[in-house]
Amino acid sequence: MSHTADDLRTDAQAGPLTTDGLVQLLDPDGNRVPHPQYDERVAHLDADALRALYRDMVLVRRFDVEATALQRQGELALFAQALGQEAAQVGSGRALAAQDHVFPSYREHGVAHTRGVELTDVLRLFRGVDHGGWDPTAHGFHLYTLVIGSHALHATGYAMGVQRDGAVGTGDPQRDTAVVAYFGDGATSQGDVSEGLVFAAVNQAPVVFFCQNNQWAISEPTTLQARVPIADRAPGFGIPSVRVDGNDVLASYAVTAEALERARSGGGPTFIEAFTYRMGAHTTSDDPSRYRPAEQEEYWRRRDPIDRLRAHLEQTRELPQEFVDALAAEADALGEHIRTTVRAMGRPSPASMFEHVYATPHSVVDAERAWFQQYEASFLEGHGQHGEGSAR
Amino acid sequence: MPTFQQFPLPDAGEGLTEAEIVEWHVAVGDRVEVNQTIVEIETAKSLVDLPSPWAGVVSQILVQPGTTVDVGTPIIEIDTDPEGAPSASDGSASEGSAPDGSASESSVSADEPATTTGAVRHVGGAERHRGVEPGGADEIEAARAAEVSPESSPAGASAHHVKRAAAGLGGSSPQWAAAGLKAGVATTSGGAAVEVRAPDAGSSSGSESGAVLVGYGLADAGATRRPRATGTPRALAKPPVRKLARELGVDLDSVTPTGPGGIVTREDVLARSAQAEGRTLATYPGDDQPWLASGTVSGDGRQTRVPVKSVRKRTAEAMVTSAFTAPHVTVFHTVDVTRTMRLVERLRADREFADVRVTPLLIAAKALMLAIRRHPEINAAWDEAAQEIVYKHYVNLGIAAATPRGLVVPNVKDAHRLGLLDLAQGLADLTATARAGRTSPADMSDGTITITNVGVFGIDTGTPILNPGEAAILAFGAIREQPWVHKGKIRVRHVTQLALSFDHRLVDGELGARVLADVAAVLHEPAQALVWG
Repeated sequence: MSHTADDLRTDAQAGPLTTDGLVQLLDPDGNRVPHPQYDERVAHLDADALRALYRDMVLVRRFDVEATALQRQGELALFAQALGQEAAQVGSGRALAAQDHVFPSYREHGVAHTRGVELTDVLRLFRGVDHGGWDPTAHGFHLYTLVIGSHALHATGYAMGVQRDGAVGTGDPQRDTAVVAYFGDGATSQGDVSEGLVFAAVNQAPVVFFCQNNQWAISEPTTLQARVPIADRAPGFGIPSVRVDGNDVLASYAVTAEALERARSGGGPTFIEAFTYRMGAHTTSDDPSRYRPAEQEEYWRRRDPIDRLRAHLEQTRELPQEFVDALAAEADALGEHIRTTVRAMGRPSPASMFEHVYATPHSVVDAERAWFQQYEASFLEGHGQHGEGSAR
Repeated sequence: MPTFQQFPLPDAGEGLTEAEIVEWHVAVGDRVEVNQTIVEIETAKSLVDLPSPWAGVVSQILVQPGTTVDVGTPIIEIDTDPEGAPSASDGSASEGSAPDGSASESSVSADEPATTTGAVRHVGGAERHRGVEPGGADEIEAARAAEVSPESSPAGASAHHVKRAAAGLGGSSPQWAAAGLKAGVATTSGGAAVEVRAPDAGSSSGSESGAVLVGYGLADAGATRRPRATGTPRALAKPPVRKLARELGVDLDSVTPTGPGGIVTREDVLARSAQAEGRTLATYPGDDQPWLASGTVSGDGRQTRVPVKSVRKRTAEAMVTSAFTAPHVTVFHTVDVTRTMRLVERLRADREFADVRVTPLLIAAKALMLAIRRHPEINAAWDEAAQEIVYKHYVNLGIAAATPRGLVVPNVKDAHRLGLLDLAQGLADLTATARAGRTSPADMSDGTITITNVGVFGIDTGTPILNPGEAAILAFGAIREQPWVHKGKIRVRHVTQLALSFDHRLVDGELGARVLADVAAVLHEPAQALVWG
């Protein structure tokens, strides 16, 4: 039997798209909404801190726009926009400590930015010149995982390692470590995410499952992934969960800070559902106008996370024109930097394929590298002589 | 100095190999900014806007709308440094050359009726010949004729003129040389700019050829080598083929090679030669026939062959599929629609309908909805693969629309649930979108039944071909005032003809007749809708 439009509307009110129970500290008009549990989590964020969050989101969006244009100009093979999810990513990312470790999917450019990853390095992957692009250890930010949901297991395993290293519950804020897995609503339909939840729960691993429910798994709406809010699943595994307004950067920060504290102190895993919206296409290969109504996009455009924080800063008179101008100039410079850097990206050296096979030196890999370098060198010499001869 | 960059068509999806240029948003001479939308393309997946990679001034549009090109084909050329001063060598050679690209182009077109692109390419072609095979005017003229492609010369006249101009080169025609100078710059596909000088008589030609001949030896060590178009190396061909090309006046670089390893064959040269001949179109000057634009004129100038693509291609495939799989039967009905016309007039005066266009078609659409409600079996499809008949419990009402890009049949979704006002709005939106060429694949998919309004062209009726996947299509003819027996007397009444084609595999004559009779009954007496509504 088929669903009528009326059926779906009922689903939207009672099912996975309900807005009931979302933690919110800024309403869509930018007004600060008091919350008994989470107010204290953001009490220390002064105007400078809010402006810094605003700057993060503006720069990440600019990165998004430039990267999308570069794909359309043939400079990138593919790109996945984070458009609309900046608050969820920046808010949660800024709650992390230096020693924490993140396992992102492929859309977490906002989190990458908060972890100090040079955003153009992210594009090495999308240009197809690198399998990764940055040093995961240096940034506490793992490489992007393109397989949907598999990194929920990697994150859980890493968190169990953190437990075995004794880096949980010591009370030392420099030492206690949390792990975060970022994934989407679609990933929750994958077995790997359920397996990760099982292991995290029974081991009380210091891991936070941060699910950005952007309402679309490519063309599949959340209503075809769940009958109840996605966050409701976690308690069944024995994991506490919270739903947060993912377009509210303050609320995203607050709930993540709480979950991270629970993890670091030995309180076990938490599941966060950040309710947001994928304002762009799934990737540059996708055309969302084929499967979702323009009115829905328009509705969420009016709930843009960046507009919300800007409205708040304007209302509190904390957004001076000099700041806005300087930020615009910084964004333009970033755009230019991205364009020139991406166009200049060369191919990686063939020998680099040997570099990250094992974490420690390995005799077989060393031998293969030596053979390959010798082979390459012989080829280049021969080619060089030949080339010289024909050029003159 | 001006720096020309060519933008190759990118792969806007994953692994797409080609796309059609739908519409340019910029023209030659326009200034563009980085990331400004310059063109809309249609891939196998969707319509995509492409942003400009550079800021600058558009110097050439290389692919015309409606053309499908492979990924990697340069589609536009942008001068990224239009204010830049000409280089020293350029300055010394150019008497009266304009400082920026656009001005110099206009000066060319003032002197020469040949199109701008033709002129620039022409210089490039001559230059190539000068460097590779130093020769007299014959070769240059030959190159000239081959370079003028049908796309760049709107009529044969300019080609003739160009030939004459090239012929005039004989020794050292100052007029032609000046034209070459003013064109100033030809570009290579590699993106680098090549300064082009007109062949100034004798001396330069000698020294240039010498340089090329001694190009492998030490004698050339001090000489400046002419930058070569890295992206387009010299065409590969065997000596007899080169000779043939020279005899036929075909520029080998303009020939699409089909031989192994990209070699130009004898057949390729002959085909290119045939293509380049007889370009005079046997129509009156000023004829507005845009559909001929992408065609090739036959040798005698009496025919134009236009490649079948895009909407035309899809239409043809759909019509062939439909006509030769579904046995079509058409039934007709002539009906007095005077009362429908009165209803239309009344609705037009109704404030609630002030914002929509009320037409007899709207009432016909509503009448068809009522008929479907009474005979839902008509709203169905034949599933050959499954050997099943699919009855649809919704009506997506297709409207055949003539658009600048051809026939499209978008449909109003769930038309059976719409009141008259919403239906009017739905029809208006759909036709406006279609006329603007913005109908999306989703708008056209999953239609269940269609109306074709042949009446707008003044036609009485026809035997329409089914939209594939549907079981019936209604043709709505022109409404005319005619003598008609009304209440026993001959009166002037509004009369129209209706025709319903249906798929006889699943719709019997009786069902088709009843559906058409119901549509006619409502149009004859709209109050009937109350009885059936």
